[in-house]
Amino acid sequence: METREIDKIIARYNADPQEIMAMFMEIQDKEGYLPKSALSYLADKLHLRLAQLYRLATFYEAFNLKPQGDHQIHVCMGTACHVRGAPQVLDKLQQTLGITAGEVSSDGSFGLKTVNCLGACALGPVVVIDGEYCGHSSPLKMEKILKKYKKHT
Amino acid sequence: MVTVIINGKKYQAEEGRKLLQVALDNGIEIPHLCYHENLSSYGGCRLCLVELAGRKKSSLVTSCTLPVSEGLEVKTDTPQVKKARRLVMEMILPQAPDSLRIRVLARELGVSAVSFPSEGDGCIRCGLCVRACEELVGAGAISFASRGSARTVEPPFAEEPESCIGCGTCVVICPTDCIKMEERDDERKIIRWKRTLKMKSCVRCGRPFLPLAMVDVITRRSTSPPPGERLELCPDCR
Repeated sequence: METREIDKIIARYNADPQEIMAMFMEIQDKEGYLPKSALSYLADKLHLRLAQLYRLATFYEAFNLKPQGDHQIHVCMGTACHVRGAPQVLDKLQQTLGITAGEVSSDGSFGLKTVNCLGACALGPVVVIDGEYCGHSSPLKMEKILKKYKKHT
Repeated sequence: MVTVIINGKKYQAEEGRKLLQVALDNGIEIPHLCYHENLSSYGGCRLCLVELAGRKKSSLVTSCTLPVSEGLEVKTDTPQVKKARRLVMEMILPQAPDSLRIRVLARELGVSAVSFPSEGDGCIRCGLCVRACEELVGAGAISFASRGSARTVEPPFAEEPESCIGCGTCVVICPTDCIKMEERDDERKIIRWKRTLKMKSCVRCGRPFLPLAMVDVITRRSTSPPPGERLELCPDCR
């Protein structure tokens, strides 16, 4: 990310350190994650410690410090989804993509994460891909969905 | 000045001072790991719990974060307090099973067997090193990271922290001795933070004695009198 773009974001929030979360979100929207260089630059411009920013960025699940896959897969592991077979769905995804939850596939096309509840228990097990909800999912359905998204990349 | 009652005895104390400090000043032992009188209070280790008398019932509070006020009444050694401290220690001990100081303290509190799985890296997340680095040293090279059971103390991105000046304050202040420092030739290494620094040598005996990064900071910060020979000579040659 170019420093010019970060400067714009900083200016939009009047370089107010209290708005740091909003700045994080904007950077992440653009990059998909929070690059180290961006955090260092922010720390410099806002006269904050890099350690402080790192603490914040690691505290919130919503921020990523590593590049994410082109498609984000979230598997709900909440109680309802769990009893309806979410572990099998997750297993299938992990096997097919060759990664464990929290990682990005080697070709960079998919990122896999678990979440604890999406509040859509009636649809369980729920898998969300790029914000699109896939209810009553199953290992078999996952194969089809992965194929469909693979074509998009 | 206000009057506080600790274990039934009256003590004079400066208003707003932390109860733990008042107790320590008066020779009353309260176990604690995350408190240091020159740092802000954190209330993280939970060992300094005391029983605070309330209007209807008493409650357990951390004395390191409790500012004293007129008529404040606490007990530091009741069965309830002891029980709570034991539970706290049962959770701290598995995090630092190799630390002598923690083991001794655990025995004093009546904890011998570890009832939680021992998966400690020696760090009990008391945050003393983080606060010392920020508040005393002014470097702010390390911080807490992540959350919940994944919480750690580390430099940004778990990489060698550029802002660490190698002063070793964290090494000294760590209650479990889990931050180690090593000196070899003209290099100082803070092992836990993967920080390696070149050291300045004494102009008289030639022994390396002070990280160059520290020389920079001291020169920049000291106004009058100039640091002079303290930066040229090692402690032995001064």
